[in-house]
Amino acid sequence: MTTDGAAITATASMRTVRVHRFKRGDEAPRTEDHDVPVDERTTVLEALRYIQLHDDPTLGLRHSCFHASCGTCGVRVNGRERLACVTKLSEVSGTIAVDPIANLPVLHDLVVDMAPFLARFPHPHPIVRGSELVPGSVAPEGIDELDRYEDCIECGLCLSACPVAATDDTYLGPAALAYAQRLLEEPRGADRDAILDWADQDAGAWRCHAAFECTEACPSGVRPAQRIMALRKQLRRRRDDRSRDVATAAPPTGGPG
Amino acid sequence: MSDTRAPSSERDPGVDEIVRSRRGDGPVSRKLPGPVAWFDLRSRSTGHLAFSLNRITGLGLVGYLYLHLAVLSTLLGGEDSWNGFLELATTPLFLGLDLLLVFGLLVHGLNGTRLSLIGSGYVPNHQKASFWALMAFGAIVLVYTALHIFGGES
Repeated sequence: MTTDGAAITATASMRTVRVHRFKRGDEAPRTEDHDVPVDERTTVLEALRYIQLHDDPTLGLRHSCFHASCGTCGVRVNGRERLACVTKLSEVSGTIAVDPIANLPVLHDLVVDMAPFLARFPHPHPIVRGSELVPGSVAPEGIDELDRYEDCIECGLCLSACPVAATDDTYLGPAALAYAQRLLEEPRGADRDAILDWADQDAGAWRCHAAFECTEACPSGVRPAQRIMALRKQLRRRRDDRSRDVATAAPPTGGPG
Repeated sequence: MSDTRAPSSERDPGVDEIVRSRRGDGPVSRKLPGPVAWFDLRSRSTGHLAFSLNRITGLGLVGYLYLHLAVLSTLLGGEDSWNGFLELATTPLFLGLDLLLVFGLLVHGLNGTRLSLIGSGYVPNHQKASFWALMAFGAIVLVYTALHIFGGES
């Protein structure tokens, strides 16, 4: 099957795909069922493209690379956060409900506004990529997970899966906090205290309730929850250090007078 | 190669910045409205189960605290009032509620200990195993308690 969903074989079976629909001006979202011919390799994205091409060209979805690299096709498939381009329909039983990722405003059908997601990141938002290292180079000493955060494709699935973000739109969220921890692991000149101050705000690292759904949802192995826990450890150490400094600096009280 | 300036505290994304960043007026997609989403375990994993259990038991224990205070207030009614409550407290229904209380205490206490360790940056890679291990320990304690509570009557 090609990426435009047009070449599904005649021998394919039919599956029902229930798609979330919402257009600006609509009173409320609704769902719409479409029968789509599928084979064992058909992906959710291909099914959605088929609907666009054959049933309803107004279906709004976002995608780009078709190989889990760009992070733009994040959706919820039967409630679970997935990248549509690498999720096979054969992995999902029954009616396939495709909804936009949660906890972000819906712009159009399956397309959400990613601006509130990106606004959560510490600014500026440095990018460090392993591919920019010269061949044969090794990670700096003490950096044993260089690739982890670099793998973040900013798809927003972690924020969608997070139960805290479900009730708190101001929570910085897993991706942004994992990014802060990544910066601490390899600051490259960044101010560590400023990063820790940023993560220490009310809506920051302490707001996480350790459900680890972000790690479950992450399609790139970033393990945001583990990153947040590591961030907390550093925050706690800094608080301990500061308390110790205050105690050391405090003038002695009492004594013989 | 990259911009490595520190995050600026002036640009911290608080409520205003996140809200301002919205480009449309579409509804925020939710799995379920409000805190109900905390208890929706469909398509969720062990961590979410632990998260939900902690909230349910936490709310239950807060409710129990007030119930406990109300029960203690029967002492104000004198010895007869208190003895009357004790008769009620030894009925099978009440003993069952006692067991439910122990269940809540075990889940909340053991999971809370686990969360303290994980949340402080210890054993974050073993959150599932630590949950099930502690729940297994809790189950043994619960069974022992049940035998003690109900066996003690015979």
